[in-house]
Amino acid sequence: MVGGVWVYPLPAAGYSLDATYLIWRLGHWFFYRHIFGLLRISRLRWLRWPAIIYVEVFRGTPILVQVLFIFYGLPQLLGGPINALVAGIAAIAVNSGAYISEIVRGGVQSIERGQGEASLSLGLSRTQAFRYVIWPQAFRRMIPPLGNQGIISIKDTSLFSVIGVGELVRQGQIYIATTFTALEVYFMVALMYLAITWTLSIILRQLERRGLAGQ
Amino acid sequence: MSETLNNTTQPIVRMQQLNKHFGSLHVLNDIDLTIVPGEVVVIIGASGSGKSTLIRCINGLEEFQSGNLVVDNNELLPHGKSTQALQTIRTEVGMVFQQFNLFPHLSVIDNVTLAPMKVRGLSRDDAVSNAKRLLDRVGIADQADKYPSQLSGGQQQRVALARALAMEPRLMLFDEPTSALDPEMIGEVLDAMRELAKEGMTMVIVTHEMGFAREVADRVIFIHKGEITEQGHPEKLFDSPQHERTQSFLARVLKH
Repeated sequence: MVGGVWVYPLPAAGYSLDATYLIWRLGHWFFYRHIFGLLRISRLRWLRWPAIIYVEVFRGTPILVQVLFIFYGLPQLLGGPINALVAGIAAIAVNSGAYISEIVRGGVQSIERGQGEASLSLGLSRTQAFRYVIWPQAFRRMIPPLGNQGIISIKDTSLFSVIGVGELVRQGQIYIATTFTALEVYFMVALMYLAITWTLSIILRQLERRGLAGQ
Repeated sequence: MSETLNNTTQPIVRMQQLNKHFGSLHVLNDIDLTIVPGEVVVIIGASGSGKSTLIRCINGLEEFQSGNLVVDNNELLPHGKSTQALQTIRTEVGMVFQQFNLFPHLSVIDNVTLAPMKVRGLSRDDAVSNAKRLLDRVGIADQADKYPSQLSGGQQQRVALARALAMEPRLMLFDEPTSALDPEMIGEVLDAMRELAKEGMTMVIVTHEMGFAREVADRVIFIHKGEITEQGHPEKLFDSPQHERTQSFLARVLKH
């Protein structure tokens, strides 16, 4: 029985990893977030405003509410149920997207004005200046906060438990219901999250080191 | 020299009645300025007098509100409303900044080759051999593979000069090129600029280096509160300034 406590999370960890994997598979989602970040600093008002509204709405409301809204609320609009895992991932995508777009905005705006001016003075177009000079520098500065947001998103998958996705927390709750081993199980749940996020931290540190090598 | 050239040569910069405001501040007030090819013009004046703003108007880094500005036969319109002309002008006019503004994520050679490859469409081989020749000319050929942060301020500014020259500009603008440098590095940058002037490059230089101005300038312009107060041959302007404001400015900067 005790042995069961320690090994139970393994399949459930798979769920968290699956979810995380799927989030990364939705790479284009993240690409859109970048676009939103850039739209926010656009010179064109009709591009800037929708992006600002998006960020304010999804950054300003709790992710738990977003998960519940998408899973229980949206089906009323769509006329059919949404798969719980899809709903959860969608919530994380729109939520982290709001933060990522702020990270992108901050990264781009942190580049000294003189970099753009020097590019333009050499005859580069605004687009070329952005692509070859501003963006590569901004992206390097964005790696740490992006990694931070990635870790937050992984931990946010624990919220999927409220809509019945059998991820780590949910599996643990089920297990505790029959065994009353809350201490051991939640300890293991925490440890599994730590294993995933710590691995990501190590990868990120490597990325940062490589990214900063040229500076 | 400028008077005789004026009759025969098309001016490369022609500014008429140029006005610029920052809010209620009148930064440039009815500026008239004509520069002919081959001329070296030095602009002096107190900080905040509008001298940097003036040269930044020439390549459109600053917008102006009214007046005429033609650079190398391309007309720049007020309020920055001339995208195509602006693009052409910027490929023909090089600029060196006070803060160097090298691209920190690119090596020295990549700093110099970026614009020729992306704007002029040069092949990498051509751009690199061109860049090496220019780096050699400013005395830093051996630093080509380093990054800007590994160079001294004087070396960085010479890379910035090579980077601007790589576009083969017809006019070079210098915005206080030695003001951010340690004193012992000012000489090497001025030497490179002196060489360039000797080769006949048209140059507009904002600087506080009065000795250098006297030596290389064909014409010195003194700006005060957004207006050209006085201009003329350096010896005339430095030795017998006519205007009271010029006299008091020179008395202050030449004293030390």
